[in-house]
Amino acid sequence: MSEKKTNRRDFLFTATYAVGAVGVGATIWPMIDQMNPDASVKALASTEVDVSTVTPGKTITVLWRGKPVFIRRRTKEEIAEARLVKLEDLKHPEKDQDRAKDPEWLVMLGVCTHLGCVPLDQKGDYNGWFCPCHGSHYDISGRIRKGPAPTNMEIPKYEFVNSNTIKIG
Amino acid sequence: MSDHEYTPKSKFGKWFNDRLPLLTLANHLTDYPTPKNLNYWWTFGGILTFCLITQIVTGLVLAMHYIAHADMAFDSVEHIMRDVNYGWLIRYIHANGASMFFLAVYIHIFRSLFYGSYKAPREIIWIIGIIIYLLMMAAAFMGYVLPWGQMSFWGATVITNLFSAIPLVGEGIVTWLWGGYSVDNPTLTRFFTLHYLIPFLILGLVVLHIWALHVPGNNNPVGIDIKKPSKDTVPFHPYIVIKDGFALLMFMIVFAFFVFYTPNILGHADNYIEADPLVTPAHIVPEWYLLPFYAILRSVPDKLLGVVAMLSAIFILAALPWLDTSKIRSAVFRPLYRQFYWILVADVLILGYVGAMPAEGLYLLVARIATAYYFLHFLVILPVLGFKERTLPLPLSITEPVLGGSPNLAVAKKKSEFK
Repeated sequence: MSEKKTNRRDFLFTATYAVGAVGVGATIWPMIDQMNPDASVKALASTEVDVSTVTPGKTITVLWRGKPVFIRRRTKEEIAEARLVKLEDLKHPEKDQDRAKDPEWLVMLGVCTHLGCVPLDQKGDYNGWFCPCHGSHYDISGRIRKGPAPTNMEIPKYEFVNSNTIKIG
Repeated sequence: MSDHEYTPKSKFGKWFNDRLPLLTLANHLTDYPTPKNLNYWWTFGGILTFCLITQIVTGLVLAMHYIAHADMAFDSVEHIMRDVNYGWLIRYIHANGASMFFLAVYIHIFRSLFYGSYKAPREIIWIIGIIIYLLMMAAAFMGYVLPWGQMSFWGATVITNLFSAIPLVGEGIVTWLWGGYSVDNPTLTRFFTLHYLIPFLILGLVVLHIWALHVPGNNNPVGIDIKKPSKDTVPFHPYIVIKDGFALLMFMIVFAFFVFYTPNILGHADNYIEADPLVTPAHIVPEWYLLPFYAILRSVPDKLLGVVAMLSAIFILAALPWLDTSKIRSAVFRPLYRQFYWILVADVLILGYVGAMPAEGLYLLVARIATAYYFLHFLVILPVLGFKERTLPLPLSITEPVLGGSPNLAVAKKKSEFK
């Protein structure tokens, strides 16, 4: 019994298991992948917003891919406040310049990066947003300053189609 | 398992039993020798079976009227409440039934903790029980999403987002769970499917739970091994059936009180507002039975570690048979454990209370202390206690302390008072 020689049968067993495993994998994958976003969901990937009525100091919320997007037209003081923050004071260091291409317009996903609630406008300790679910405070640039959220609120891909219209996505 | 061979009396019964031994099984279940000192804390297994059947039956009926679509779900629930004959009753039984189910399961779990029912040779029963408990939480969570109210929607958002804490693949998993970029119709339809499936998985596990129980037999308040069958046991039927039945009746009175007098007290008013993806309710809290774990989640200021702490709080229970190093099962003979047991009960109740409160100031501090103590209990106190504690002497049998002289002073004293 000590020396077991590999024979034809062992080879056939191994080959059968291998083919079987590939077959099972190929069968399971469609069952898993069907749960991913389908074609109709992906088709709604971009939306255009008219921002002509938004005055400085005002935020509008629009729905994009089922999620709220905050579009805030910031006042001069707010821009100054956002730009004055030192990077070393930030949990997730990002320059305001990188978050708002046009400093007057802050376009970001209105989704708390902790567990996905919608933060409240002009609340919290940093004059920005406050998430009521688990107490995350964001500043006027949407950067996390205090609380359990790990990162700043996300900036989606967007562009100004013309001076009055923003295309998100 | 049966200590005696069973032969059906009738000729047909014998013919049938030779081919499918259902009658042998029925005989095993009726004659099953049960410790004669089981108290009312042991009736919750039967009560839980009743809860499961109630949820399955009322759930089946609700599924006949409910529409799992983001545009119609909320209205279809109101349709059940207002239009469907007795729809209000069936829905209130189902909704409060979930709470009653958890009430019973918590009593059942804490019974195990007090009397050491999770210890050898009953570890597998315990672990199956923990899996059932996990599935119950999954079923309850997904069921709560189905009415598509504000709490449904935001509860679903928060809980599914827990997975985004996983490094690298977290976001992908969340998108996969949602079937989109937010909680939406694809999420609702799959939650409905799984909510329908899980109770039947639980039913299968309950069969395994009872099967595993019937191998060593019941633990008992004294926590000693007993000979089965013997003077220490009584047959399951009629003795335990009657006792379980009486306890079930008492339980049903409580159940009916909630259903008929305060059917919404355990729910949240916000869930009678239709789901709105643009507005998060000011104060999101899960259902009461998940509050202690919610408090643990919120007490950790880091996202990933918070999720890890919350899940550990549940999974640590599965390791309990090995964390508790004491060979003595029942807390009756463990004077120190008994005190720590009640501190743990208080700790969990405190966690539940602060879980319902805003996560700030004093509440947050209390939540952190209570969370730390929860883990301390399982990871430090229990392992150390097994070595340090001076336990009381165990009786030799259930009957002995009553009929013969007992080495246990407390019991002996009680006996002398009778004379």
